[in-house]
Amino acid sequence: MAMTMQVDIVSAEENVFSGTAQYLSARAANGEVGILPRHAPMLLQLQPGEVRVTNEAGEQEMYYVSGGVLEVQPHIVTILSDTAVRAADLDEAAAAEAKRRAEEALKDQKTDIDFAKTQAELLEAIAQLRTIRRLREQIR
Amino acid sequence: MAGAKEIRTQIKSIQNTQKITRAMEMVAASKMRSAQQRMESSRPYADKIRRVISHLSLANPDYSHPFLEEREVKRIGYVVISSDRGLCGGLNTNLFRKLIPELARAEQEGQDYELALIGNKAVQFFRRHGGKVVAEAAQLGDTPRLTDLIGTIKVMLDKYEAGELDRIVLCYNEFVNTMTQQPRLDTVLPLPAAEEQLREHAWDYLYEPSPAEVLDLLLKRYVESLVYQGVVENIASEQAARMVAMKSASDNAGNLIDELQLAYNKARQAAITTELSEIAAGAEAV
Repeated sequence: MAMTMQVDIVSAEENVFSGTAQYLSARAANGEVGILPRHAPMLLQLQPGEVRVTNEAGEQEMYYVSGGVLEVQPHIVTILSDTAVRAADLDEAAAAEAKRRAEEALKDQKTDIDFAKTQAELLEAIAQLRTIRRLREQIR
Repeated sequence: MAGAKEIRTQIKSIQNTQKITRAMEMVAASKMRSAQQRMESSRPYADKIRRVISHLSLANPDYSHPFLEEREVKRIGYVVISSDRGLCGGLNTNLFRKLIPELARAEQEGQDYELALIGNKAVQFFRRHGGKVVAEAAQLGDTPRLTDLIGTIKVMLDKYEAGELDRIVLCYNEFVNTMTQQPRLDTVLPLPAAEEQLREHAWDYLYEPSPAEVLDLLLKRYVESLVYQGVVENIASEQAARMVAMKSASDNAGNLIDELQLAYNKARQAAITTELSEIAAGAEAV
């Protein structure tokens, strides 16, 4: 039997995922990280993006997180997500709409919209779109 | 007979009211269940953060965050969580009744206070009562989102960080069980220091980007989750209180209807008796 670790993805609002996994990858502040069982203890700040979990059966599951903290213990991995929503639940249209709005606001800088906030929104919308696209490819 | 007819219309109207209160009772009961569920599901997040924070502050005793430092208390920030709607018994009144003496005491001791209000009832109450309100959030609905609260919480956190507030207190109704809701005033900041515990293996995390930044993020998320939990708990309390209030309203309406029914029967009987005796008297006269 392959070595496994306990993975919990929790947000303030709900428990998104809880189960055993062989492998997990996420987007940290300085790039993508992959975690295998018996990894050294680690605490990472996460970027908006997808978290991929390979479960015991070897199937890959994908979740979207819009930032948060990843805590690694040798056999327990916890993601304290800001708002983790199941990737499949994401509304692509809403993400595209948010992206369009953010881009429009970027172009029209005369309005007193907070530049940094808009940029963050744009980044998040792009990350959501990418997750959805990958999910689609997986389904096909 | 005027009396009987009047009583009958009154019974009708009370019956209609009873129907409404009974419906509200059932709606509150089902909403309470889902609110309780949300309460449960938001708990692991706070628990896990608390665990990581206590480990962090033990592993890095040299780094001290403003959120963990005790300061002399000159200004207090109160985050008051109330319901948006009424008809929930004494829920909000009890909370305000606990809070007001506290505010008066703070004022007497020369401490300033600022208020962040969540929920319509708190907004209305402090508009009448007065007080320095720095942030408001209302109309959160039955399924509050954390994003709706972030603004309000940030105002308080920023003030705390800037040294404009020395303590932040969260006021909400704790959901003990369906019959009991306990108004609570909990100190959120500064966070109580982690208890020193003997560790068998001295180990530390690898950090990215740095311990200070991660700790800062975690502490903020922790406070947000505490406030969110307070809000969710308050909603569960609100629904429970409403359920109980509506149940007693329905019961009272039932009693009232019984009494009126009795009065109505008596009035009807009296009317029939007088009519009969009038007929009898008339027959005799003929």
